[in-house]
Formats: sequence, C-alpha cells, structure tokens
Amino acid sequence: MSEAQDYRYIGQRTIRPDGYDKVTGRANYGADLTLPGMIWGKILRSPYAHANIRSIDSSRAEAHPDVLAVVTHQDFPDGGSRGSNQSMNVLADKKVLYHGHAVAAVAAHTEAAAEAALELIDIDYEPLTPVMDLKTAMAQNAPLLHDTMFTSGLAQDPTTPSNIASRMELKKGDIEKGFSEADVIIERNFQTPTVHQGYIEPHATTVRYDEDGQSMIWCSTQGHFDVRGSTASLLNIEHSNLKVVASEIGGGFGGKTTIYLEPVALMLSKKTGRPVKMVMNREEVFKASGPASASRSKIRIGATKDGTITAMEAHLAYEAGAFAGSPIGPGCMTVFTPYDVENQYVEGFDVVVNKPKVAAYRAPGAPQSEFACEMVINELADELGIDPIELRLKNAAREGTQTMYGPKLKAVGLVECLEAARNSAQYKEALAENQGRGIAAGFWFNIGGVSSVSINMNPDGTGTIVEGSPDIGGSRASMQMMAAEGVGLPIESFKPLVADTENAAHSDTTGGSRTTFATGMAVVEAAQDVVRQMKERAAAVWNVTPDQVDWKDGVAINTVGEDKLTAAQISAQAGRTGGMITGRGNISARGAGPSFAVHMADVEVDRETGKVDVIRYTAIQDAGKAIHPGYVEGQYQGGAAQGIGWALNEEYIYNEDGLLENPGFLDYRVPLASDLPMIDTVIVEVPNSFHPFGVRGVGETGIVPPLAAVGTAVSNAIDIRMTELPLSPPRVLKAIRDA
Amino acid sequence: MAKTHVTTTVNGDAMEFLCEPGDTLLQALRNELGLTGTKEGCGSGDCGACSVTVNGRLVCSCLVLGVEAEGAEIGTVEGIGDSDKLHVIQEKFLEHAALQCGICTPGLIVSAKALLEENPDPTEEEARYYLAGNLCRCTGYDKILRAVMDAAETMRGDV
Amino acid sequence: MQSKVIFSSELQKFTGEAQTEISATNYRSLVSEIVSRYEKLEEDEILKMAVAIDGEIVHDPFLEQIQPGSEVHFLYRISGG
Repeated sequence: MSEAQDYRYIGQRTIRPDGYDKVTGRANYGADLTLPGMIWGKILRSPYAHANIRSIDSSRAEAHPDVLAVVTHQDFPDGGSRGSNQSMNVLADKKVLYHGHAVAAVAAHTEAAAEAALELIDIDYEPLTPVMDLKTAMAQNAPLLHDTMFTSGLAQDPTTPSNIASRMELKKGDIEKGFSEADVIIERNFQTPTVHQGYIEPHATTVRYDEDGQSMIWCSTQGHFDVRGSTASLLNIEHSNLKVVASEIGGGFGGKTTIYLEPVALMLSKKTGRPVKMVMNREEVFKASGPASASRSKIRIGATKDGTITAMEAHLAYEAGAFAGSPIGPGCMTVFTPYDVENQYVEGFDVVVNKPKVAAYRAPGAPQSEFACEMVINELADELGIDPIELRLKNAAREGTQTMYGPKLKAVGLVECLEAARNSAQYKEALAENQGRGIAAGFWFNIGGVSSVSINMNPDGTGTIVEGSPDIGGSRASMQMMAAEGVGLPIESFKPLVADTENAAHSDTTGGSRTTFATGMAVVEAAQDVVRQMKERAAAVWNVTPDQVDWKDGVAINTVGEDKLTAAQISAQAGRTGGMITGRGNISARGAGPSFAVHMADVEVDRETGKVDVIRYTAIQDAGKAIHPGYVEGQYQGGAAQGIGWALNEEYIYNEDGLLENPGFLDYRVPLASDLPMIDTVIVEVPNSFHPFGVRGVGETGIVPPLAAVGTAVSNAIDIRMTELPLSPPRVLKAIRDA
Repeated sequence: MAKTHVTTTVNGDAMEFLCEPGDTLLQALRNELGLTGTKEGCGSGDCGACSVTVNGRLVCSCLVLGVEAEGAEIGTVEGIGDSDKLHVIQEKFLEHAALQCGICTPGLIVSAKALLEENPDPTEEEARYYLAGNLCRCTGYDKILRAVMDAAETMRGDV
Repeated sequence: MQSKVIFSSELQKFTGEAQTEISATNYRSLVSEIVSRYEKLEEDEILKMAVAIDGEIVHDPFLEQIQPGSEVHFLYRISGG
C-alpha cells in the first residue's frame, strides 16, 4: 500500500462544479441547442442486413415542398475521404452492410416532415445473403461483405478475399512444454453476444455552415477534437474553419468516440444555408451506432496439483461489424495479463459480419476474452480443490511480471485486490440453497495521450481551468481538486471549463480511462506554472530573485525579508508586473498505470423460471490514488452494473434475415434499479509512480470482471458450467431442464 | 395540418403553446416552451428520462400528447427547488455523487420527489421498484438509492 | 552500455529473434538501427507502435531518449472506451 501522503484537497468528497446545472435541468446536452432558422435532418436507413444499392432516386423527395435538401454518399466532396470505411459507414456507398445502415438524409422544416419525406426516396436494392455470426463468416465460401478484403497477419499472403480482416498471435515461453508439465488441463469454449453501451442520451447534433466557410458543430461526444478531425477530413475543411463545441454528454462508455450524424448534418446545412439539427431516436442508436463485439473463444489452461499454472492458451474471434476493426488486439493483449505464467499463447481473428461497425465499449475487447479465461480459472480451482482467491494469489501478476504484450509490469495492485476480496464482508457470508458465488479478476491498461490545459488567473486571485476533455462522469471535480492542491488555494477558487476546439488546444478523446490521469497531469503542470509565475511577480515586487520566494497555501513568502503576498494580491496587480497570469500544461502524458480489479458476485437462481437475481456484490479495484473517492466508487459500481447486464440479459437479437428484433430498452434489457443490490466497493491504492499524485485510470477495468463473476456464480448455483452469455432466463431454464 | 392551441400550467406558471395533434408533451415542453431539462432517452416510455407530473401524477411525457396538457398542471424538473436553494433531493444527489453523466438525473429527481410525496418512509426495496422506470447507465443505482433514502430521512425530519 | 530491445511475437515474424542489443540513445536512432538490421522490418510498421521503456508506456515516443541499459518494448497503441 502507498505511504500515507497528506493532501489538503485530494481525496475529499467535494460537490462537483457542474452539479447544480445537472440536478436542476439547466445543463445543455446534445439535443438541447436550438438555433434561429434551424431545420431538421433525418436519415433513411437500410431495411436489409446485406444488399447492393443499384440506384438511389431522390427526385420525388426533392420535389416535395417540405424538403429542403437530400444528401447521399455521392455528396461527400472531392478532396475529402470519400470511399473510406468511415465515409461508407456514415452514408453507404454501393452496398448496405447492416440493418439500419444510413443511406441518405433529408432536411425539412420540422422533424416530422423530414421523417415523412424519407419515404419519398426510392432505392433499388439487390438483397444479398446476410452473414450474421462468426462461424458463418469464417467458413470457406462464406458470402463476402467486401470482395477486396484479404486477411492480414497470415504466414503467407492469401490469394482469395475473406471476411477475416486480420489474424494476430502473441506468445511467450513454450506452450507445449507448459502443458506437458500440467497435472490438470481444462479446455472450454465460450460465446458472448453483441451488446450495446446503452448510454441514455441518443446521438445528437446541431450544426451551422456559414457563407464564409466557417462551420460550427454542437454535439454530444467524448472527443470534440476528434469530431473536428474526422469531419474536416471527410468534408475537406480546414480545422481553423470548423469549430466543434462539446455539449454536456449523456453517457458514452466508448460509444461516442466516433462520428455518425455530424458530417451529414453539415452537408445538409451547406446545401440549405440553414442550421440543421439531427437527433437519433433510440431505435437508430441500437441499429446504427457502434455496439461491442460478439465473440467466440476457446481457452485451455493447465496447472500442477499444487495450483501452479503452467500453460495458458486462447483462441479468440471477435466480430468487427460491417468494417474491419474489432478490439481483437486488446482482447489478445489482456486475456492472461492477471497471471504471472511463463507459457502463454493467444491467437485472435478480426471478422466482419452484417452488423453495425463496433465502437469502443469500456475496456474495449477485454471483457470478452477475460470472461473466458476467468471462467476456466474458476473451474480449475474447483478441479484442484483450491479456493479461487488462493489459486489467483498463487499465480497473480505483480511487479516484474513479464506481460505477453510487451513490458514488465511496474507496481500493480492485483494481490492487494485479491487480499481485500478475501477479507471482504461478502466473502464471509454463507450461501443458501439455489445461491452461488463467483469471483473474477480483471485487467485494463489505461492510456495517456495528449491533453491541453490552461489556468487563467483572474484579478481577484481565482482561476479558470480551461481543458479540452469532455467530462463524462465528473472529471471536472477532479480537475478542480488537483488545481487547488497544486496552487494551494481552496477548491472553490477554481472553475473548470470544457472549452470548444477554438478555445483550447487539441486534447485527445475522453476514453481509455485517461482523463483524470492525463488531463489531470496537465492541470498539475499548469498549476505549477501558475505558482512559478506568481513567485516571479512577487520577486519583482520585492526586488529579490524568484528562488528567494517560497510558496505556501497560496501565499508568496519573501525568505530574505518579512513580506508576504497572497495569490489575490499578486493577481490584482498582475497588469502592473507584466500582464495577466496564465499557467499552461500542454502535455503528451506517458506512464499510464494499469488498473486491476477483483469482483465478487452472489446470485440466487429461480429454478422454476431461470431468473437470476444478484443478491450481493463487491467491486474491488486499484485506483492508484482516488482523487474524488465518490466518483471513483461510482466508476466501479457503474462498470459492475454494465458487466452484470452483459452477463445476465443484454444481447442483440437478429432474425434469420439479419434484422435486429430488439432495438429498444423494453427488449434490450439493461439493469433497472429493481434488478440490482447495493454494490459494495473497496478502493485499493497502489500508486502509479509515473503520476504526481499516483493516479491510475479507473473508468474501464470495472466492466471486465463481472461477466465471469456472475457467470461462475450462476454456474455454481445450478451446478452446471455455463459457457454462453447472456445467462437470461430462457438459457438458464433450458440448462436446468437439460441437466 | 392546423395546430392546436393549448393553455396549461407549467411549474405554477400559466403557459400557452401550439402543437400538432401528434406531438408529445415532451416535444411541446422542449421545442415549444424551451424547457429542455426534461430529456428524451427512448421515446417509448422505457427509460424515464422524460418523467414529469401531470396533475400530480408521475408520467413519461413521451407517452402523453401535447394536447392533453390543456387545463392541466404540469410539473417538470425546472420547477423543483427554489431559485436560491435546491430541494433536499437535489442536494442529496450532489452530496452522494448520485450522478455521473447527469442525463437521467432530471427524470430521477422528478420521480424521487413523486415517490417521497406518496410514501415518505419507503424501504430500499420500495424505492428501487418505484424508480425502476428510470434507467441510469452510469451509476449502478447504488448512490442514487442512498441519496433518495437520505433525502427521505431528512424530509421526515428524523435527523 | 547497450540497451535491450525485446520483440513481441508479432514483430519476431520480421526480426526472427526475440531480442537484440542496440547502441542508440534515442528513439529515432533506435528505429533506424533496427530497421537497417532486419530487412523484413518496415519502418512504417514500427512507427505505428508505442514503446515501453523500463515499463513506462510512451504513446508517442518520437523525441524519447533511451538511457543506456534500458529495456525497450514495442507494443500496439491502445485506445479505449
């Protein structure tokens, strides 16, 4: 555990600075902006999962008095990235590749008129056989989504196209030797379904294209600089001509790291000379934004009788959706990272199918592969007669463990998390009939990246923190606390602001659990810059050198005299001592620290209906250092809830024609308040040595362990090894009846 | 199509708007009256982000027609709390960190207030079932339930 | 004192070996040193990757200095959710 560090502000449970706006309804989200003269855009979507577009005739729509403009793929300008996968996902070109794929867009005076006009666009489709699962897609002679796609990463370059976009392989040690040393070997196959992030706020944007070429996009996004970059490249616009304003964001979880509506709305705005608003409905969100990959996996793990794991092997295939690019890479890289085992091998395939192109979802790629590994680890523990926590402790990754994906781990908190699980109140609770318990570990890398922060000091000594990272879960509270800690002024002295692309320098997308880590680092650097300048100004006033000035609790102290100047006094006369003070922290953050978690689920199964109730749950995770413990716990609980949903009920259900049958919250069942118990949390703090306060990202790891924790708990409750998610009532009931 | 003129009361204020016969109360509130605190998450009554009260009854405003507001008293999140002081439920949501992205928060606060008006001393289970129509994807509901139970206790004057 | 570069199994397809010693003291000379050493290893392939130097992951290592005796790994750039 970390050495006790005394912080004045960090570690408190402050009221978040954007909180008042959010509990009163004042906060403005993606769909909340109305501009004068604004019109509405709507998208026509494919009724087929897979079809060639023979022709698009929009003449009837264009002739209708309500319709102001129609756009299709052909309207992407020359010089932009027309023909790229992204452009073909935003508006289909020659082929539609999933049910709900965007084909054309209409602008009209009202939303209802735009919607009605969609029927006036005539499209001649040639339906093709849909490819809806990995087995079909990977089969020889499968119908092809892209006849120009050849598998990359094979030993020999293929001569025929395939739905397999790429193959990858990672290994260390000698896998065969490892298995030959094992006394027990367990091998199992697993499947996980297509699931959606399920953010409550649909994608929404309001845009305006001006005559002078200046454009504005207001939208709900995790990364407005990326929206600018992608839209500018698609539409051949200079960055300086495109301002993107990030609205408040109503959830994203990775799903709002790409663009769907923005370039379409901007093309409609350019054609009509009017501001255009576009808002997806819930059905469109499910059908045509980016869900998370369905997966198939085979896991094989061997161990000696004393519980020493000798070999771990995985074969993984992930659905990418319509275009290449599933998170198979991180799936392979994370699968065995919680284990310090010499011999490991993993092979992974990225496969296209006729479903929407997947997007990131919280620790993208990790839940699927680690679910499979953790299920086998728990079975192995049973087989060996060893407690699952003890088995993990015996083989746990720790400082110095060589990962399969690259570096040796620095200090990490997996052992501490396991020990906390063993000491938890839940672990001591006895289980009743039809109840089961499951434990699982989880790992996610976390990332650093580019963050830009400036702190503008006001004449009264308060400061505005200008950052470029959309705040998706309360990060402005952390920025405020870190600035206060760095400058030594009270928290209320700082107001954080997520600035638009014209008022802040580029910052990478809020994702990869990077914001409190990397943007926080930039805040710390900007705060240090403020202090440095404050000392210089005080030194100038006192006619001493800056190194003769001390800084303590927001006050400059002359070490060679008796003088003191407060931040407010220095700021008030900054104009007389060289101009106003702005601290800058424009960084490319390095040294992201991985976060390990251990979750424990207790469930009760109704043997009559197959319904599973989670009755107790504990989420334990290494935060490095929790800046705001309330929001760190919130990340653990939210990740756990999403993982529980993934394990128990959530799945895309397609019919035999490849049409999505459950594009709504009634049938795509995310956890409700009445579905969950209180979620106990334990914040473990093993500091990340590369961060000034020891912070690791915490946002993503929490979704990794629940799948196997719940999966194992259900398996134990009914004494049947379950291998396919979700463990919905029909599946559990069938397993009980077939047993 | 001719629009219908609707006279109604929103958060105690007399208001009028024009709406198409098929427009929902949610659309009227957001697009005609500019009250965007009420959110649309699904448009099918499954998520509760658009929760409001109509004559004191909790409803999803996406399932009520705009014309049904005629002569009714509508309560939205904008009417909760005073201009200089938050309602206890709002305060407790902030204290307990019971929101992350905040999109479900207006609906949850409207629903929680309706709950505590109906049942000032709910059990945790009663509160969970009452709020089951309000989806939150960020928090796992733990802190929301703690905020609501704490608000109930404060409102009863037990503390 | 030389530094050690460890190749992932993916990169070993191009290098044919698991690790090598290099004398470069910064990232750019490291890249040119290994690209010239392994014929099949293309510069673009390696520039797409992040590095970890003694366990510290550097997303964009363009100007990175490499202290003698360091251990350098190339790895995929991770994004996130």
